[in-house]
Amino acid sequence: MMLLEMAAQGFGSRVAIQNGGDCLSYDELYRAAGAAAREFRDSKADHVSLLDVSSLAVPVALFASAWAGLPFVPLNYRLSGPELAALMARINPALLLTDDERASNLRTPAGIQVRGRDSFLEAARSATSPESNDWETDPDAIAILLFTSGTTGIPKAAVLRHKHLVSYILGSVEFGAAGEDDAALVCVPPYHVAGMAALLSSVYAGRRVVQLANFDAQSWLDLARKERVTNAFVVPTMLAQIIDALEGQTRADLPHLRSLSYGGGKMPLSVIEKAMALFPEANFTNAYGLTETSSTITILDPDDHRTAANSEDDAVRRRLVSVGRALPSIEIEIHDEAGLPVAAGERGEICVRGEQVSGEYLGTGSLLNEAGWFPTRDAGHLDAEGYLFLEGRIDDVIVRGGENLSPGEIEDVLLEHEAVADAAVVGIPDERWGEGVAAAVVLKTGCQASDEELKDWVKRHLRSSRVPQQIGFRDQLPYNETGKLLRRRVREDLAGEA
Amino acid sequence: MAQLKPGSRLKSAVCDTEVMLIAAPGGDVDVTCGGAALVGIADEPPAGATLASDAADGTQLGKRYINEAGDLELLVTKPGKGSLASDGTPLTVKGAKPLPASD
Repeated sequence: MMLLEMAAQGFGSRVAIQNGGDCLSYDELYRAAGAAAREFRDSKADHVSLLDVSSLAVPVALFASAWAGLPFVPLNYRLSGPELAALMARINPALLLTDDERASNLRTPAGIQVRGRDSFLEAARSATSPESNDWETDPDAIAILLFTSGTTGIPKAAVLRHKHLVSYILGSVEFGAAGEDDAALVCVPPYHVAGMAALLSSVYAGRRVVQLANFDAQSWLDLARKERVTNAFVVPTMLAQIIDALEGQTRADLPHLRSLSYGGGKMPLSVIEKAMALFPEANFTNAYGLTETSSTITILDPDDHRTAANSEDDAVRRRLVSVGRALPSIEIEIHDEAGLPVAAGERGEICVRGEQVSGEYLGTGSLLNEAGWFPTRDAGHLDAEGYLFLEGRIDDVIVRGGENLSPGEIEDVLLEHEAVADAAVVGIPDERWGEGVAAAVVLKTGCQASDEELKDWVKRHLRSSRVPQQIGFRDQLPYNETGKLLRRRVREDLAGEA
Repeated sequence: MAQLKPGSRLKSAVCDTEVMLIAAPGGDVDVTCGGAALVGIADEPPAGATLASDAADGTQLGKRYINEAGDLELLVTKPGKGSLASDGTPLTVKGAKPLPASD
């Protein structure tokens, strides 16, 4: 709330959030949040939940929850009824904001009060000024609960407290840094940490947020052009779709787009190189972060992109597939299995420390060790200059005959083959080795490559233990809607074929 | 003044200024605004305190103020007429190191 109050004082009449033809200024957002906070307090709920796409109701509910001192819990609207019921049981009693159509199809447990999004927003907007600035100020209170995607099991509720989010914003954004005409296109859903972080960053910077509720590449391009969008964040699959939608064009014709940032998954080198050619005016930033770290912890900044893209030096050029260096307020170390830091270039578990790092789940508590390090379960290495390279999840490591193999390393080699558009490497059960290496490969349109040819290609670049014993060709790989590869599905698919 | 913890919110006793503590040295810290010691955000300011004329250059919203040693840092969350000082020395505005937008 402190962040929004500052924005309302500093640039109250600017447009804060825009959705289609409708918008809220910072003053209006502040007043609506105050009114909605009264409703939340009167409801006696312990949580404010949201099951909906992006709308003006999202920032109102987010800030009103903070005002009322209640955790805000955006839910994934793509989940099935039983999955949602299970999550709602964990935040009961709660006030659930949703649209009328979803509300009519929803079976909610007792204790969940359903509130229609449109009437909620209307009531909040038509209210008079808040009687007082009586918001909660406890930095240890929970601001947001985000359920992880649960690609490997039951979703965990990541706890982000006000102190984490405020640290993130103060550590990465300068107050009022945006110009009057700046606009950020937000197309990630509210239940993703990037969707929440984008709202907070833009509010503090004074940048108009343009919401796109349902992403498709053409709508994104049209909206960016119409609203003269200056900043945008996309996940890698979105950027790949945007590039496809621009097929046949040499440049994207979005002269206002100055900053294009991406993150949330592995960006193939071919995609980022094409994007840099199509958006020559844009500054590219790669951001790496986790829900548990209040979003971004490392960035590969625009200068890094240009230096890497223009370098003759392989080590420098390779940085284009790194996620850059730690934010000034963040420390990164790579730890071995004993929890000790390893030297530059050596692979291990990425560990992070800083004020914005929560590393906490509801019910299980904090995973931070005594020295404050959060083990991310992501594997990777740092180069001599501190650039971080991701190598997949620790849990995805393939153990073949006692040797630990990183799928990311093999995928990178496959992706360098001229005929390969996308690749996923997984471990499959193997009688001799315990686990064997298998790859699902998507070929580029009009390109051919046999599995023998691809095996030879890997053998030429890596040790023979890394050569896939099985390669399956697919039309596409399974990703969730925020660009995360569903490795378990690939594994089931390839194991079934073996 | 008592020991302070980063994240604490304080206000001026003599003007509208409100701040959040970003960094603080260990031990007791003496911070004033408009010549009078800062008070807790929810505390009543002492009666009779007035803005000192030699400490009335004002505070700017959203700016960070630091001491010479660099171990004390405050963020102004509401501006006012007083100016900030620690141990009698005025705090200065910290230059911004812009980062590219990442979200």
